[in-house]
Amino acid sequence: MKLKTLPRPRQDAGWGGAIATVVGGLVILFGMPMVTGTFGLLQVTVFAALAIFALAQGFIWGFGGILCFGQSAFLGLGGYAYAIGAMNMTDTTGAVALAVIVPMIFAAGLGYFMFYGRISDAYIGVITLTVTIILFNLINSTSGDIYHIGAAPLGGFNGIPSVPPLNIPGNPDDQLDPTGLWYCAMGALILCYILLKWVLATRFGRVVVAIRENETRAQLLGYDPRLFKLLTFVIGAGISGVAGCLYTNWGAFISPTVFSLTMSAQVIIYVLVGGLGTLIGPILGAVAIQYLITLAGGQHVIDPNLMLGIVLVAFVLLVPQGVAPVIRGSVRRLMPSRSVATPAQAEVSQGASQ
Amino acid sequence: MDLIGLVGFNVLVGIGTIALITVGLGVIYGMMKIINLAHGEFMMLGAYATYVSTSHGINIWIAMIIIAPLFVGLVGLVVERCLIRFLYGRMIDTMLATWGLSLGLIGLMTSIFGNDPRGVATPVGSFSIGHYAASLYGVVIIVVALLSLAGLYAMLRFTRYGLIVRATMQNANMAAALGVAPPTIYMSTFALGAALAGLAGGILAPISGVSPVMGSAFIAKAFITVLGGGAAIVTGTSLASALFGFINIIVSFKSTPVIGEVALLVAAVVMIRILPQGITGRFLRRSL
Repeated sequence: MKLKTLPRPRQDAGWGGAIATVVGGLVILFGMPMVTGTFGLLQVTVFAALAIFALAQGFIWGFGGILCFGQSAFLGLGGYAYAIGAMNMTDTTGAVALAVIVPMIFAAGLGYFMFYGRISDAYIGVITLTVTIILFNLINSTSGDIYHIGAAPLGGFNGIPSVPPLNIPGNPDDQLDPTGLWYCAMGALILCYILLKWVLATRFGRVVVAIRENETRAQLLGYDPRLFKLLTFVIGAGISGVAGCLYTNWGAFISPTVFSLTMSAQVIIYVLVGGLGTLIGPILGAVAIQYLITLAGGQHVIDPNLMLGIVLVAFVLLVPQGVAPVIRGSVRRLMPSRSVATPAQAEVSQGASQ
Repeated sequence: MDLIGLVGFNVLVGIGTIALITVGLGVIYGMMKIINLAHGEFMMLGAYATYVSTSHGINIWIAMIIIAPLFVGLVGLVVERCLIRFLYGRMIDTMLATWGLSLGLIGLMTSIFGNDPRGVATPVGSFSIGHYAASLYGVVIIVVALLSLAGLYAMLRFTRYGLIVRATMQNANMAAALGVAPPTIYMSTFALGAALAGLAGGILAPISGVSPVMGSAFIAKAFITVLGGGAAIVTGTSLASALFGFINIIVSFKSTPVIGEVALLVAAVVMIRILPQGITGRFLRRSL
């Protein structure tokens, strides 16, 4: 008698997609400077920085199940930490470290109260949102000479202009030009993607996903959901800090608008449009939405906020799972079994859709 | 002594303001377990309604107290029919959808009226506490806040509609079995919450100025107060407003208004750790 074998879970095939994504990323990394000039390169640099930001949100929301409505708090803290660090130190390497560590410490403190208070998802959303609004108001009110940290004036609503650019570690005179910054930002995006893929493949990552699936069951198996959620939240904050550092570098400027509600909403929209529960989805969502915003900003036909609002409402109502899972699902419907598609083809299709 | 009187008056005005901006959000949250992230924009619409009516020569009191809530209540009705009603039971999706709505409304009002803030004249003058002058408008805020809380309480406690609303709140299926149509109740509740937000926006328009992004100045306090208050609408809102308003104004008095807001937030985050269900989740559970 022949037993019917159940299809294996998809998780195993994920590596092909991941490798394809990394290869694709490397191609873009080295190909972009050849096909576009400095202006185009600057634009894709900010796309890359925001894609890292989206990756952080996609990780904590899609895999950790933490609904953070104020991820821009960490972006902003990272950006401000870098700006203040870079203006006080000659070498920016320490400032980059600050840009990662400061948001992580802040997230650890905030997360302790939220996760150990065992409040519901919706409350976490509201509290993170409120924290962001209040940080915005706080930084906004720091105009005037009395508000400065070391040599860096905080500047209130006007922000901090002429932030020193990144330099090669240990060599403060060797500062990055726009092309160097592009390699740095895109390289950081690829590294963050690999890091998160790796985290998700480890035991820790599997527990995080298990907690998202069923918190009570994970707890009964002996895992402390509070701790795992806190750690997920802190990792997300650190990656957002990297994004903030790159974002500041892109314009050599940081202002309180990074804390604004629009920024927090944008990252939610990137993830929602791209696809919840994937890593490639948020990246694609960030690039697509950011491209649309640039387009809308250039044409002055439709207010960017109005457009973001319409996109958000439309996706919640019509495509709540995002674009990437929909494409993946339809690809799998078209190629239902492994025997039809050769393994190589299957890998390519997953790479394209994942 | 005069100073204590002034600070005391300011504390009362602060509590009244928080209660006023929170009560609409509290109605929607307490009744339907929906967190309306477009609350601040509903207030903004109320403020614009007041601004437009007064600039067309309508008496400011009528504009603030009648036109603003009516207009925003109607907007709430439309929003509930076109958007919220598809998302009942999906709390996170409702939050996302109302957030989209909030951005959309900001964008829409920016497209229509532009970014520049408009002003509405304050209809009353000032009075003196000892040798300090205090704005009489603070009294208006306190009175309106008290009246809306008292009106809400009376409606929930003494009218037939209030009874039906409370029943639907407790057990929608049982209420439906007894012949109530929960969708209608939800619809009217959402409209009521929106109308209260519109009232708050109208009343606060002379103080805060009217601009498309004015909502974000209030919503932080409103959200925190709703969460701090817990499920009981009137009691929770009153108690949490009293607590947070007191902290906010006292710290603002000692430092700056922004630090006062930070203190409010820190107090709220610490309180969430101790009382995750809000004040009325632990105490006075049977209250309204």
